[in-house]
Amino acid sequence: MSDTAERVTKIVVEHLGVEEDKVVLNASFIDDLGADSLDTVELVMAFEEEFGVEIPDDSAETIQTVKDAVDYLEKNKA
Amino acid sequence: MFDLSGKKALVTGASGGIGESIARALHAAGAIVGLHGTREEKLQALAADLGDRVHVFPANLGDGAAVKALAETAEKELGGIDILVNNAGITKDGLFVRMSDDDWDSVLDINLKSVFQLTRDVVYPMMRRKGGRIINITSVVGVTGNPGQGNYCASKAGMIGMSKSLAMEIASRGVTVNCVAPGFIETPMTDALNDKQKEAILGSVPAKRLGTGDEVASAVVYLASNEASYITGQTVHVNGGMAMI
Repeated sequence: MSDTAERVTKIVVEHLGVEEDKVVLNASFIDDLGADSLDTVELVMAFEEEFGVEIPDDSAETIQTVKDAVDYLEKNKA
Repeated sequence: MFDLSGKKALVTGASGGIGESIARALHAAGAIVGLHGTREEKLQALAADLGDRVHVFPANLGDGAAVKALAETAEKELGGIDILVNNAGITKDGLFVRMSDDDWDSVLDINLKSVFQLTRDVVYPMMRRKGGRIINITSVVGVTGNPGQGNYCASKAGMIGMSKSLAMEIASRGVTVNCVAPGFIETPMTDALNDKQKEAILGSVPAKRLGTGDEVASAVVYLASNEASYITGQTVHVNGGMAMI
């Protein structure tokens, strides 16, 4: 697992209180990990903090799965 | 009565009458209190009077960058904000048909927009800590209306709607959002009224007297307490019965 994926997984586990083995790349935050809309906003804000990036709203909307987050952050992290 | 020991509270507009009462009451209940205001000497005097567990944060709420800095500084110096009391407010009264855009904008900016901005920055860390209290000081006239205060009433009614929306969004995070709506309270502003004006006001108050800042502050302390954990999105009216809503 890449360093980015590890950090993303850690944040998701912490914020959603889910088991680490559930946080697979194709897991959807809402459908598979039980997040509500506020959770997804909180996750995006946590990613911003962890990776020192600002994620604009239109990009944030496209981050639906763990893989979406990892790909976005790989591409845009500081 | 209610114990706020170890809780950190930020009170805006603490250099004014009601704000000072709120700051004193939270402090007396054991909270560490951050005093925001525009008149720094008054804040320093209040801080000196309160003694320990006090921080002073002067800032102009009309300036978005200053609001952001206030949230950051207070969060850091207090070590996290558990209780935010948005009390600061101004009036620029005038009859509706003669009201200028400037008088409208400045009242809405200070009384509503800055509350949105400050709360937005303060509430996120609260959500992450899974607990907090937002208490917005509105006014009876935000519900009843008042001639000559179209801008002020709009800002105070806006505050109530905003509080309800936020309350719904974050209730699951253990953060409550409520309003306290004072009626006619003894402050330097009401002191300036003449006897005839006071008499007219008291005619509409069943309690037949003005309220005190302490009576408003008691409601704030209650809403800030653990005991009020299931109350959110509400407006508590402290008005001697002048409006029963």
